[in-house]
Amino acid sequence: MKGELRDLKFTVNGRPVELKVKPKTLLMEVLRYDLGLTGTRSGCEVSACGACTINFDGMAVRACSILALQANGHEVVTIEGVADGEKLHPIQQAMVDHGAIECGFCTSGMVMSARALLTENAKPTRDDIKKAIQGNLCADSGYTKYIEAIEIAARKIGGGE
Amino acid sequence: MSETFGNFSVLGKPIRRVDAKAKVTGQAKYAADTEVANMLWGFVKRSPHPHARILNIDTSKAERLPGVKAITTGKDFGGFKWGWSNPTRDEEPLAVNKVRYLYEGVAAVAAIDKDIAEEACDLIEVEYEPLPGVFDPFEAMKEGAPLVHDNRPGNITVEYHWNFGDAEKALANSHLVRKDTFQTPRMAKGYIEPPAVVAYWPDPNRLVYIGAKGSPYFPYRILSRCFNLPLSNVRIIAPFIGCDFGGTKNDMTNGDFSAVMLAKKAGRPVKIVSSQFDALTTDLRRHPMWITMTTGVTKDGIITAIHNEIVSDGGAYTRMSPLTHFLTGICMGMPYHLPNFKHDVACYFTNNPSSAAMRGHGIYHTAFARECQMDMIADELGIDRVEIRLRNVIKNPEPGTIYETINGAHIATAGTEECLKKVSAAVKWGETKKREKVKGNKAYGLGFATGCYLSGTQLSAHNACAAIVRVCEDGSVNYLTGATDVGMGSDTVGSAIVAEVLGITIDDVDIKRVDTAFTPADPGSYGSRVTVLAGEAAINAAEDAKHQLREFAARKLGAMEDEIVFKDKQVFVKSNRARSMSWDRLVRMACYDAPGRVIIGRGHSKRATDLHTLADFSTGKGDIGTNYSFTAQAVQIEVDTETGVVRCTDDNNVIAHDCGFPLNTQAVETQCLGGSYHQGIAAALYEEFKMDKGLTLNPNFVDYLRPRAYEAPMTEVQHVITNDPFGPFGAKEASEGSTCSAPPALINAIHDATGVWVKDLPAQPEKVYWALKGKKKK
Repeated sequence: MKGELRDLKFTVNGRPVELKVKPKTLLMEVLRYDLGLTGTRSGCEVSACGACTINFDGMAVRACSILALQANGHEVVTIEGVADGEKLHPIQQAMVDHGAIECGFCTSGMVMSARALLTENAKPTRDDIKKAIQGNLCADSGYTKYIEAIEIAARKIGGGE
Repeated sequence: MSETFGNFSVLGKPIRRVDAKAKVTGQAKYAADTEVANMLWGFVKRSPHPHARILNIDTSKAERLPGVKAITTGKDFGGFKWGWSNPTRDEEPLAVNKVRYLYEGVAAVAAIDKDIAEEACDLIEVEYEPLPGVFDPFEAMKEGAPLVHDNRPGNITVEYHWNFGDAEKALANSHLVRKDTFQTPRMAKGYIEPPAVVAYWPDPNRLVYIGAKGSPYFPYRILSRCFNLPLSNVRIIAPFIGCDFGGTKNDMTNGDFSAVMLAKKAGRPVKIVSSQFDALTTDLRRHPMWITMTTGVTKDGIITAIHNEIVSDGGAYTRMSPLTHFLTGICMGMPYHLPNFKHDVACYFTNNPSSAAMRGHGIYHTAFARECQMDMIADELGIDRVEIRLRNVIKNPEPGTIYETINGAHIATAGTEECLKKVSAAVKWGETKKREKVKGNKAYGLGFATGCYLSGTQLSAHNACAAIVRVCEDGSVNYLTGATDVGMGSDTVGSAIVAEVLGITIDDVDIKRVDTAFTPADPGSYGSRVTVLAGEAAINAAEDAKHQLREFAARKLGAMEDEIVFKDKQVFVKSNRARSMSWDRLVRMACYDAPGRVIIGRGHSKRATDLHTLADFSTGKGDIGTNYSFTAQAVQIEVDTETGVVRCTDDNNVIAHDCGFPLNTQAVETQCLGGSYHQGIAAALYEEFKMDKGLTLNPNFVDYLRPRAYEAPMTEVQHVITNDPFGPFGAKEASEGSTCSAPPALINAIHDATGVWVKDLPAQPEKVYWALKGKKKK
């Protein structure tokens, strides 16, 4: 169906991964089905909802819109690689404390978009934050609390609190 | 925000969600994340016609494709039909003789991977005889229109005609009568998580179904009948659910039935995950309605009568339409005093995908019409828009008294007046209304609306709501409920209630996802019923467990039972706190004192069935809610008068909500922001399925517009506390009523800014642009 198997070598959450994939396989499919990293959610498969957002060499990228083989030699971080063991990342902690999360289906993508933003820009304005999560749809908790949580996290990281 | 209310240990303050950590780390498992050993993938074959007779289905080529393990068609289900209630069972698991909407399922395949299952579906040959279709309710009602169901003349899905007082006479005697037609669009439910299911049969007489269902006991009963299984052998497990909002995730899809049948035939687990395309083309939608509302008022703006004439598109099957259309009228007697009321509503079958419940169910449509018309009347009479509402609202009844609406609904608390005052004060209405509205090509407007919603739905059948509280010997507690958290936070509030009653912390309480093998039967999440009814059940179950422990504590502490207090993980004698022991020690002693003793509390909601006279669908009289929530909100918008683009501003967007008592303040606020304000804006400005003869033209989240971070205003939420006597700790539903007030508030704001009325939602730029053009011509 999807052609002959090819070699794929890349880093996922800091660990080297090697596997064989069909050329048409999406990165999202490899993460979810081959590696069992189901925290990367599949919402729309057309790059519109952002639920499958991952960090690709630090950038926020939709895993449904990139072929697995394009990740060859690159560094991918998924939601499972964000916390430090049991200790939540400040973005995650702020979302939990601030009550930003409801059904949670968009949350992985929200965290990954915010993580990419704060990696690049430690002091984002509210507009920067809106721009960073503009690709992430949320159906129930709305955006207000996510935006405020990212602001809280930015202050915490910046202030070394 | 996030103030603290009441004198509680756990409740009335921000409570961290019990599932937040699992969700924020990606560990939470949703249905599509479920993996079972030896699992196959299923795929549904769908009809390319919106209305056609099925002449033949040939599966032979698909059967020969390597990797295919099972194929099913509608005939396998032996004539089984299902529906929302016994008289409305009009739908087959997979269409057998006729398809009634585009992409209706006709067959399904299970194979070793998804690609093979999909390819096999392409190899299934279905011979159709296309039939003329009917795609809008005004065509459907015409004599000679094609019949969607041969046994349903006139294509009528459901109709109600109610009459309270004498609306005609009251209208004839009114100082001013306004008659306007408003339109609400076809809307997606909007969940990002498409429906998904994994089904398997541990043995030929036992079924396990793991699926994204907010009402797991619906598939429990439906699958029991469909596969002739005793309920004890039907195990429905609810994983985490990525939103619901009513409809598809309450009951069944072609994929649900197919997965179960394919698993039975193949003897292996089968997983079917819908695509978002499937969800947006075949899942249940919000009913589009055409609402003609005639309202009479005195010269002071006091409402004398309302007469509704509503036409609605129910789509291909009945589904929940009887409830939806009942709800369009049942709460008309609030939040304003209404002395005369006539309600004529009719829903028609068409060859569009079926319509069903959606957040704000039914009430959203008439609330939109009423609140816009309120502004029209205020302007015609020269009365302030907040003032006219204050003149009409039902005053908060004195404690111990009940206000009865014209159709016999009972209201013990109504905070609408306080909500209105808080909202107008927050936006400084006295000053803002005098300001300059136009700045260059931008016009600014502020709109108000009120909302109300039933809470703790009262329906005659399947209304059981119970809880089990099991105290483990180390003091930890298992709380079991059949009520399903689809995201709104009911698992958290239920656990918090159990902790409050037992005097322990929420961390001591464990709640698992609903599993019909263990949890008590429950209708699930709809009708804003969970906090009020499951909350009452949780109180009663925890009290029962506490009673068992109290007996033992009284003996050990040498006191009367009614002197024993449970608080802060201590158990002590009220008059002498020194006579105490820790919760953990008491529990351990109680469990070990009599070997074999188990401390299991059970309780159910009595108010769900015993409080009021249940509403009568045919007359519209009675209570649909255990109690009723109220809201007022202000929306400020900016209109680009050159392009017609409307957007909400970050300031002056305020919602004041009377949910009785906010058990978890943070959850109420988040719900009001996202679950009502942003969702209301979606309905008012963005969301609409564009249709062409049954074909959905925008079945993806690129073309089907929704608000995103830029479009959602930063909103302020204010709590109004009324302590309802019929809710757990004074609570009523939170935020479904406020879903209904956002669209009219926004449309009223557009009118405030520009003087034009957009009576058909959503107010997309093109519509606003042409309305502005029309205004200029005058």
